[in-house]
Amino acid sequence: MNRRKFIDFFLGGSLAGTVIVFLYPTIRYILPTKQIEVVIKKITAAKVAELAPNTYKIFKFGTSPGILINTSDGELRAFSAICTHLTCTVIFESDSGTILCPCHNGRFDLSGNVISGPPPDPLESYNVEISGEDIIVSKKG
Amino acid sequence: MRKIINLLSIFFLAISIFSLSLYAQKNSCVECHQELEDELLAPVEAFKIDIHQQFGLSCADCHGGNPAEEDIDLAKDKTFKGTPQRFRIPEFCASCHSDSRYMRRFNPSIRVDQLDIYWTSKHGQLLKKGDTKVALCTDCHATHGIQSATHPKSWTFPWNIPQTCSRCHSDKDYMKDYKIPTKQWDDYKESVHAHALFEKKDLSAPVCNDCHGNHGATPPEITSIAFVCRQCHPSAGELFSQSPHKKAFDEIELSECEACHGNHKILPPSDEMLGTGEKAVCIQCHEPDSEPYQIASRIKEKLDAFIKKIRHAESLLEQADRQGVEVSEPKFRLTEANSTLIFVRNLTHSFSLMEIEEKIEEGKKVVAEVTNAGEAALREAKFRKTGLIIATCFIFLLSIALFLKIKQIDKKKSS
Amino acid sequence: MKNILQSIYFYLDTRFKLSGLIQFAKKKKVPEHKHSFWYYFGGICLFLFILQVLTGILLLLYYTPSVDSAHESIQFIMSQVKFGWLMRSVHSWSANILIAAIFIHMFSSFFLKAYRSPRELTWITGFFLLLIFLAFGFSGYLLPWNELSFFATRVGTDIAGTLPLIGKHIKTFILGGPDVTGATISRFFWLHIGILPLLTVIILGVHVLLVQILGMSKPIGIPQNKVKEVPFFPNFILKDSLGWMLILALIGVLCVFFPWEVGQKADPFAATPIGIKPEWYFTFMFSTLKIIPAHIFSIEGEMIAIFGFMIGGLLWMLVPFLDRKAAKERRSPAFSFIGWIVFLYIVVMTAVTYLLPGL
Repeated sequence: MNRRKFIDFFLGGSLAGTVIVFLYPTIRYILPTKQIEVVIKKITAAKVAELAPNTYKIFKFGTSPGILINTSDGELRAFSAICTHLTCTVIFESDSGTILCPCHNGRFDLSGNVISGPPPDPLESYNVEISGEDIIVSKKG
Repeated sequence: MRKIINLLSIFFLAISIFSLSLYAQKNSCVECHQELEDELLAPVEAFKIDIHQQFGLSCADCHGGNPAEEDIDLAKDKTFKGTPQRFRIPEFCASCHSDSRYMRRFNPSIRVDQLDIYWTSKHGQLLKKGDTKVALCTDCHATHGIQSATHPKSWTFPWNIPQTCSRCHSDKDYMKDYKIPTKQWDDYKESVHAHALFEKKDLSAPVCNDCHGNHGATPPEITSIAFVCRQCHPSAGELFSQSPHKKAFDEIELSECEACHGNHKILPPSDEMLGTGEKAVCIQCHEPDSEPYQIASRIKEKLDAFIKKIRHAESLLEQADRQGVEVSEPKFRLTEANSTLIFVRNLTHSFSLMEIEEKIEEGKKVVAEVTNAGEAALREAKFRKTGLIIATCFIFLLSIALFLKIKQIDKKKSS
Repeated sequence: MKNILQSIYFYLDTRFKLSGLIQFAKKKKVPEHKHSFWYYFGGICLFLFILQVLTGILLLLYYTPSVDSAHESIQFIMSQVKFGWLMRSVHSWSANILIAAIFIHMFSSFFLKAYRSPRELTWITGFFLLLIFLAFGFSGYLLPWNELSFFATRVGTDIAGTLPLIGKHIKTFILGGPDVTGATISRFFWLHIGILPLLTVIILGVHVLLVQILGMSKPIGIPQNKVKEVPFFPNFILKDSLGWMLILALIGVLCVFFPWEVGQKADPFAATPIGIKPEWYFTFMFSTLKIIPAHIFSIEGEMIAIFGFMIGGLLWMLVPFLDRKAAKERRSPAFSFIGWIVFLYIVVMTAVTYLLPGL
């Protein structure tokens, strides 16, 4: 093989290699991802059937926890589940009908306001809508 | 003619009303004292910001006398009380402040039992015995420039209270005869409560009166200290009450919270307080090789191991973040583990190894997830660098090939 | 193998009449002289533009232009999509390198007086391309909807809003409302992937066509016959490709070691971060506005600066008609001097933005 042919092969080969090195990421990119969707401001937190009155569910809202409560009157309320004291995740205490942070006994009412304990600020409240059998929680404003 | 008479009458009427009103507003106390100096002028200056003034009250309402009279002897009439003697001051103030019918006019919900409570306080008891060195109304509330306790400049506003109390209580000479410590303010200044109040401006942090009472100020008894702390720290208190320590402490009359956390100099609790190290509070009572000693040691071990795992996960995520891999989700998940850590630290008040272990196991599961994510992120970072090297190699080879081709073609041209 | 290629060529030639094109391409020559290094920059701009289109189209697969999901979709691309971090970082880095290359291309053409007759339209279309790409940068910067982009957009459009009479209307038109909102994302997205690419294709098409028809401009003072020329195919294009490869390698390194950040999601109610600045290519204008005294002869300083830039831009665009000497193929040191002033002004004011405290 003479020099000229070598250079041509070298050029062709390295060009092909480079093209593959660029094509590979592109193809992997356009293949569907594991987590198929972007998590957005609105989220289906639960199904209507799964939440009995006076019970609650912790759901994932974006990257933070949210708490969805079905009150004893059958009303749906949703808040950020991050306690404003030291960021523990709150729970709903059905006996007292209040939201409780188990870490230091901070208590919130069903409007998210602080009743007692160390939390300095109320819980951020979310909008709740029912669409068919889905309970959809979305951020306010 | 009629018109002129009417006009003149109205004119004179106006002047009379005007001078009458001036006469009614006349305050000879202020007019005289304004011209004086030092302690005689001070009341006038101070009273400008006084809360009583805002309610339309003035000198005569407390001190008596007739402020409409110019002449000093006429002004200081029968009703004139002058400056009350020091030991009479509580009753002087209470003449209005304990009269609920009078106070109702100004503030229907204000308390009127301050004097009664005061007599139960250490200050009140000593005053009854004739000691006028003790604190009374004006020492804490000021004399003429009294502001509401909700006003930030008031002597009784939360973040001013420690200074108000320590004016006497930190003065060694003044407190010489009472044989009580004077380090309280110095101690309190270093405490976590002082930090919350003065640095973070958290008005819910306790100051002197929150634990000692204000009008009924007395040091809390040993059994009461724990009740006082439980006002704000109920969960730690409940856990403690359910623990074996409650009975033990009650039996030997050891004050609950204070034994481990102190009273004025309550520092932020550290993990060093647990276990059997030199700063641990457990070894104050428990002998080595006793069962409680072993339990204390185990609890500290478990906690330390958990914290180590959390820190390890944190450092993995930090590394990955620095190398450009997106790790905000695992970082968020880790905050759950941190929540568990906070919960467990509070749970130590139960001294129950089993409960603590259980909770730590829960937390460990989360940390394991995060650690996996962190390791995956670091693998991704490595993968990116490897990919870059491979791609750059190909680009490099291609560049060489191009360069050779260019040379070849240029040579061909010139040949 | 060769036979197959020949038959394909023959097939296409009979239908597309390729041979004419090939003949033309073979004849295309590039002059070689001590300043011909600068000829590469036009091709670099084109290469980077194509790179932007390709990565942009890929990003389009996962990006959603809405207040609720724009930021989240970028986060998604950076963390969940395979090589998403790479595509997005390439797009962001190349955007900046492209604009730098455009400035270099513009100034090198200016100093080489390439704008002189018959290439006036090449210069003017080039000027419009500069504006188009600055608009690409400005519109694209908002799309991730993070804190920096939100406030940079607000500051930038506020400046547009200060123009007398028409300012408010222009600002409302740009923003799709009184302030930066979801309507702005939609509008900027529309500009970024619709209007601007369309305008680019047309104007860039004219620009490149003119370059093909008129050939490369030679510096003034070099006699026609004394210039050495190399064929564009394959000599110059191979050298071009070498340059492109090096730039690709550079971009690769930048993306792996300095991936573009996702940032904090924009919060319209948050306070403007201190020291907020627009992207670097706008900072020379931004700093001018900040430094200029509030009033000059009772006219608002900012107004003077804005009009100054507009008139300056206009004059810059019309330089082919103003530089009479160059038009006559004579050296034109006065305009070179002006060019240096402008260049230094831009460099100094850009540097000042980052070096001067409190700006």
